[in-house]
Amino acid sequence: MKVSMGAVVEGRTSLNYKTGSWRDERPVIDQEACKRCGICADVCPDSSIKAIEQPGRDKPLYVVDYDYCKGCGLCAHECPAKCIEMVAEEK
Amino acid sequence: MAPVPRNAQVIEGSEAVAQAVAVCRPEVISAYPISPQTHIVEALARLVADGRLASEYVRVESEFSAASVLAGASATGARSYTASSSQGLLLMTEVLYASVGQRLPFVLTGVNRSVSSPISIQIDQRDTMSLRDAGMIQLYVESSQEAYDAHVAAFKIAEDPRILLPVMVCMDGWVLTHSYEPVDFIDQAAVDAFLPPFKPVNFLDPSQPKTWGSYAEPDIQMEINYSVHDAMLYAKQRIKDVFAELSRISGRDYGGLIEAYRCQDAEVILIALGSVCGTIKDGIDELRDRGQKVGLIKIRCYRPFPYEDILETIRPAKVVGVMEANFSMGSEGAIGLDLKAKLCNRPGAPLVIDFITGLGGREVNKDTVAQVAAKAREFAAAGQPLAEAYWVDLNRELLP
Repeated sequence: MKVSMGAVVEGRTSLNYKTGSWRDERPVIDQEACKRCGICADVCPDSSIKAIEQPGRDKPLYVVDYDYCKGCGLCAHECPAKCIEMVAEEK
Repeated sequence: MAPVPRNAQVIEGSEAVAQAVAVCRPEVISAYPISPQTHIVEALARLVADGRLASEYVRVESEFSAASVLAGASATGARSYTASSSQGLLLMTEVLYASVGQRLPFVLTGVNRSVSSPISIQIDQRDTMSLRDAGMIQLYVESSQEAYDAHVAAFKIAEDPRILLPVMVCMDGWVLTHSYEPVDFIDQAAVDAFLPPFKPVNFLDPSQPKTWGSYAEPDIQMEINYSVHDAMLYAKQRIKDVFAELSRISGRDYGGLIEAYRCQDAEVILIALGSVCGTIKDGIDELRDRGQKVGLIKIRCYRPFPYEDILETIRPAKVVGVMEANFSMGSEGAIGLDLKAKLCNRPGAPLVIDFITGLGGREVNKDTVAQVAAKAREFAAAGQPLAEAYWVDLNRELLP
């Protein structure tokens, strides 16, 4: 990799940068208890909670993208159903 | 000697700068008034209002915004310009450092004025010198004519695809900006041929989004910093070439990164920059008439620092007296520090004495020049370098 003049970078290059390695706690969603309100996805600062449409159901499934989730815990803090648990990462 | 001016008019130095900027066809000008810079942007405002200059003229609410507008405009690929002084330059500082890293080649006139506190509107170079580490190219001029020519050169230097750095043309307030001298203009057609439209390497484009000024991890930060320094090193030769190319259309040649005045056989060489060089040259002429072998190196480009050219010129001298109107509190003057650092460990180098003169507009006249030359000789005869810079005409009785 070369650094460009002025360190200007093309769009979408942040996708190559897996910030999930920064995490020391991972959010784990209890899908049984989840009300599918989507607040966790709304508040995620890194857009790392994806809504996955479910055939035959009117509300999507919310799934954490661990490639980019930094483990800030905002989703767990804001979840009205208290169904997101922050679990320590182990190496 | 300079040829007889062809299109010369007797005009104010600020007007000369405005005319030079206008002939370079800047697409964006940002402006915030501060003495003694104000007449420059006022003259440009008039040119735009009269329809003689097609440029987006942005009036902003602070110098921070003036620099920010410049950075944004330059990032879109627009040739951009502003001017400021003193506290205004200090307020721009954060943006100027950021613009260097993003390689934004705008041109800025740094009209030299002392820095508060105490408040002073008189000249010294503490304002622009405080920006020496930012990574901007810094040119200094002696006269309004040199200011005119330096601005035309500045855009070409800044926009060189291997440089792409802001260039600050530094000129003393009042003595240059508010005095009237004959200034010769270069024809628009000649400038257009010399300075084609700016072709940016990168530019902001909504259809192809890019990230500017992004975060850099430690594994590339040093390389990005070094690339700016590397551009500075390359710029040394490029600036000389641009000056030479311009001199072919202007008929005026001031030299390259430095001008050596009567240095050939000089035992004492003074080093200075800015308008005071005119006074020093007159002082040297009188000393020469009295048989004293004194010369002057006028620094025309301070960043990058042209130490190779300086070392070559001072090699035969016995002593070098730097006369500078700036000071790094707790250390010495900026030029003295730069020069001593480059001389260190070189055998046979002349003694360098740092003389602090002219802070806050303190008068520097031909007597000062004679005094500095005599002191330099005296210190050299004693054979010991001074532990501290020598503050010329400092009245210790006034100290609190």
